[in-house]
Amino acid sequence: MTGLLASSRAARLGGLAVLIGALAFALVPLVAPTYQVSIFTEILIFAVLAMAVDILAGYTGRTPLCHGAIFGVATYVTIYWHTNVSEHLVLAMAAGVVAATLVAAVFALLAIRTSGVYFLLLTLALGMIVWGVCLRWTAVTGGENGLRGSLRPGAIADHVHFYYVVFAVAAVVAFAMWRFVRSSFGLTLRGIRDSESRMRALGYNVSLHLFVAFTVSGFFAGIAGALYALFNEFASPSTVALSQSVEGLLMAVAGGIGTLFGAFIGAGVVIGLENFASLYTERWMSVLGLMFVLTMIFAPEGILGRVRDLLSRGRH
Amino acid sequence: MGGWAFHILNGLTFAALLFIVASGFTLIFGLLRIVNLAHGALYLAGGYIGYTVAATLGAGFFLGCIAAMASVALAGFVLDQGLLRFVRGFELRQVLLTLGVAFIINDMLLVVFGGDTFTMPAPAILRGAININGLFYPKYRLFVLGLGVVMFILLWLLLYKTRLGALIRAGVDDREMIEAMGINIRRIFLLTFMLGSAFAGLGGAVGGAFLTLYPSADAEILVFSLAVVIIGGCGSLVGAAVGAVMVGLLNSIGQVMFPEFAYFVIFGPMALILAFRPLGLFGRAA
Repeated sequence: MTGLLASSRAARLGGLAVLIGALAFALVPLVAPTYQVSIFTEILIFAVLAMAVDILAGYTGRTPLCHGAIFGVATYVTIYWHTNVSEHLVLAMAAGVVAATLVAAVFALLAIRTSGVYFLLLTLALGMIVWGVCLRWTAVTGGENGLRGSLRPGAIADHVHFYYVVFAVAAVVAFAMWRFVRSSFGLTLRGIRDSESRMRALGYNVSLHLFVAFTVSGFFAGIAGALYALFNEFASPSTVALSQSVEGLLMAVAGGIGTLFGAFIGAGVVIGLENFASLYTERWMSVLGLMFVLTMIFAPEGILGRVRDLLSRGRH
Repeated sequence: MGGWAFHILNGLTFAALLFIVASGFTLIFGLLRIVNLAHGALYLAGGYIGYTVAATLGAGFFLGCIAAMASVALAGFVLDQGLLRFVRGFELRQVLLTLGVAFIINDMLLVVFGGDTFTMPAPAILRGAININGLFYPKYRLFVLGLGVVMFILLWLLLYKTRLGALIRAGVDDREMIEAMGINIRRIFLLTFMLGSAFAGLGGAVGGAFLTLYPSADAEILVFSLAVVIIGGCGSLVGAAVGAVMVGLLNSIGQVMFPEFAYFVIFGPMALILAFRPLGLFGRAA
């Protein structure tokens, strides 16, 4: 009984934190200058990517290293579609998301039979293949020069207007993901994370669940990628590179694996540090690497994970 | 016909290089259960160091290779003792930590060596081509092929025919027992880690002569090595050899037939193999 009370109190606390966070993000453009607004736009976009990573890493127990590539596929396809197929923006973004989802589905077919380190290695290799294709398939991807497009129509050309569009999308998508991980399907995913053999014994089709989880996660990463196409209006091999996947994973880890909305904190910390570091040094890759090393040694459960740990320890 | 023989030889020599690099990777994984994603970065570091010693300092190819092996083995020592000791026992954290290390090493190499392309100078006796039944083939690449084969034999002998190899294999299965026998297993594992790293360094120096060295070479060799160990099965020496031959041949055939999708040609067979054997051809469950 006390456990139930405590968990409902934790839920209320969590709900309150989410509300305050959403309010803070909603108020950003009123207080921050233009340049900072675009940084916050980026934070929102990458938080969506980090949440998509967390669906797999936190709720399914499979740590992926290919989500930057899936994200980037959506960016590439959105820009390509807009420049070469149709000027209709929503269609272009939809094409990007569909492409990302399809890529994720193919990756899922290959990766779901593996777990742990094998899963990580395989997804890393798969993501690198996307990078290789973007680099070499010059006729379509522009090779090293990448693809450029001017996607944002007049109505959202303004930083603040665009910010609110991204904010609205991120809010809807975050809610959808939250529903997803809390649905009965999400619960079975957590069951698989904790004990695959038990779920199998209970009669669940583990492979199918993993496939769906991976594909759904890729779909959300694709939404982030399509938004990024609007934000950046440029895609190059570095958009699909390993560093992008690593950044996405670092955001999820820093926010706290298995704390969906921690992604916003993780994305804020990583992008904030990126912008702060770039004031002093061009060695962003080193900073990113160092953050990864230090996180793994000192805070593998992430910022929110730490807080949650302390809270639950306080109760006992 | 001569054309195909040429492409097959290209595939096999590339396979030999991949084996040199991937055997180090798989040795570390198989015995220590550490997936060292900094392996590609160590390859590139070895290449640059080998180039510096061989070309800039003018000490020649073989000294360059030795310098590359020694310094990268030292880097392996620092990585193992300085960082990995803090996350021992957590597989995923170890992997991600080495990934962070890879980013740092690459970035630092970019600072020191810039974005230029370097070619490791081949030794004088290995320059030029040799005539095999009317097919002229570079001597150097045949040397790499030979080196790969010799390394496979030596490693196999080390692991399966020496006391040290027996200790290493026993230590993997039952660490406490080996320690109870008064043997310092940590030191053996550290040596293995350094040896595996040294192979990455050697690969960089040897590969630097025909693949050339440039900032993203580490990622390319890492993904090829991953394909090798994923196909062959992580931790298996024979698997690394078979995987390397497959990836090497597929890559060279792919480059001839579908130049823009060379990466893709490896991916299809890899998928097929994984569909039937998720742990690779020679992999066993941990």
